[in-house]
Amino acid sequence: MKKILFILLVILIAGFNTAGFSKGIELTGAGATFPYPLYSKMFNEYHKLTGTKVNYQAIGSGGGIRQLRAKTVDFGASDAFVNDEGLKKFASPIVHIPMTAGAVVVAYNLPGNPQLKLTPEVLADIFLGKIKKWNDKRIAELNKNVQLPSLPIMVAHRSDGSGTTFIFTDYLSKVSKEWKEKVGKGKSVNWPVGLGGKGNQGVAGLVKNMPGSIGYVELAYAIQNNMPYATLKNKAGNFVKPSLESVSKAANIDLPDDMRVSLTNTGASYGYPISGFTWILVYQNLEDGKLSEEKAKELVNLLKWMLTEGQKYCEPLHYAPLSETAKKKALAILKKVKYRGKALLK
Amino acid sequence: MLRDRFFKFGLKLAGGLIALLIFSIFVSLVIASIPSIKEFGLSFVFGKEWNPVEEHFSALPFIIGTLLTSVLALAISLPFSLAIAFFSGEFSKKGLISSLIAYATDLLAGIPSVIYGFWGLFFLVPLIRKLELSFNIPPYGVGIFTASLVLSIMIIPYASSMARDVIALVPSDLKEAGFALGSTRLEVIKKVIFPYSVSGIFAGLLLAFGRAIGETMAVTMVIGNANRIPHSLFEPANTLASVIANEFTEATSDIHLSSLIYLGLILFIITFFINYIGNMIIERMSVNGRS
Repeated sequence: MKKILFILLVILIAGFNTAGFSKGIELTGAGATFPYPLYSKMFNEYHKLTGTKVNYQAIGSGGGIRQLRAKTVDFGASDAFVNDEGLKKFASPIVHIPMTAGAVVVAYNLPGNPQLKLTPEVLADIFLGKIKKWNDKRIAELNKNVQLPSLPIMVAHRSDGSGTTFIFTDYLSKVSKEWKEKVGKGKSVNWPVGLGGKGNQGVAGLVKNMPGSIGYVELAYAIQNNMPYATLKNKAGNFVKPSLESVSKAANIDLPDDMRVSLTNTGASYGYPISGFTWILVYQNLEDGKLSEEKAKELVNLLKWMLTEGQKYCEPLHYAPLSETAKKKALAILKKVKYRGKALLK
Repeated sequence: MLRDRFFKFGLKLAGGLIALLIFSIFVSLVIASIPSIKEFGLSFVFGKEWNPVEEHFSALPFIIGTLLTSVLALAISLPFSLAIAFFSGEFSKKGLISSLIAYATDLLAGIPSVIYGFWGLFFLVPLIRKLELSFNIPPYGVGIFTASLVLSIMIIPYASSMARDVIALVPSDLKEAGFALGSTRLEVIKKVIFPYSVSGIFAGLLLAFGRAIGETMAVTMVIGNANRIPHSLFEPANTLASVIANEFTEATSDIHLSSLIYLGLILFIITFFINYIGNMIIERMSVNGRS
């Protein structure tokens, strides 16, 4: 008798427990690795606030897009927006909601760690292998107060497919016609010169170990690792040092309503030119993504929170928060997200 | 009787399942690479360009990189693994030094490959760079030679432990007959032990070679990941397995993905042929095969 009572009690407690937990909805997402530290912080805070659990797998932007298309996740995340051709592959329309902005900086290893200034043309020619030595006239002209060594320039790039490479090559394609024709833009490209390192840490490892090397890494990574990085001349003609502020400023342009926009080489006068948004992708009509109504509501709440209160977690983790205009446009997109014809955001 | 039958059936089933598994891996690789095979055909194998932007793919630089690193690694490791095998299989079968060596080589096999990669990146690469500077060649530090060095250490246990076992299994009456005829120890090794165990030694080398061909992480970290055909051993290059590991997660277009799987198919076929040829050689060399 005692035993039965005990078992009943256990069942009762377990029942209460699951009833208590069933309030907490679980959302799943997959995609970009670049915003992963920020997202996991945001999702953790959101869980504390609301009890909603978000399970995010940083499997890469490509995987995120594929999984969203296969409807195995509630939302996808990507560092590069889906182009028109890619959108056609989706059976139903999706929307891009920008969450934060990141930047790619040009890091180098030179004796004495001088602060270098570079122009887009010089940068492109270095990565094309046309400028071969550090004391080349064209670099020296820009950096008159720096004693440049006669070291050969060694280019380091990402070997794995990545959004960082996409932003960087997108920029080079915009500023150099030769780059556009010879190499082009993409998550992996056919590099004319140099060595490949896997991940930000791979490139950073090559740059740190090799005197005379130059490579590109994410801004957050360069700040955390105290790497020297170059000041770049932007489209308006100003030399801009990459920082969270100058990255946010790069978005001070006329943004399109669907926010599928590249922030490289924008006309913003004090914006850092190799910047880019990172997006969360969801179906415009959430029932298309096989979400329940409950989940759909919670997903929209989560995204709204990330765009508003959640933005305060950007800066401590070295991500650039969205500018006011970008935030407004993002919220406008979120308003159009529906469930069976019903808008979810009031 | 019935139990015997069941036992036999169980053995057959287990073996058959493995064969079926290998076959279905092959089939699924072929199916997934069909778009790329249709697009590029055999020119995929002989082309030199890997360009994800233009969606033009071919595998020759990676095939060369894979074969070059693994052959070189095998060549570098050969004297060491043979020496270890003969020492612990013939000269000193028991004792502290022998068990210490055996333990250390077995430990090599248990170290995760990413650790080898880190060791290569932080210890070996700066050394190689100094070497390259003194030879006046571009001091990349990373490249085919560095990758082969790391690989050669990784594969030593595979070659040596198998060779040690077959050397230890050489019947002592054969060896004693050799000594009785007045041979020195070196002559016994050369004329009795080596011919008797050569097929087993070769099988161990084959295992080591297979391991070198498929190694991914450690190689990716030190080979330089340049998708070009290398012109010297000190140049950066890339291998089949390493390209797949690098690009698979972010391959968005179907043809890119399919081409990566095509690379996997080529790797599969290369491994298959090397094993096949190797097994033929082993059969020829074995004591029974020669008689």
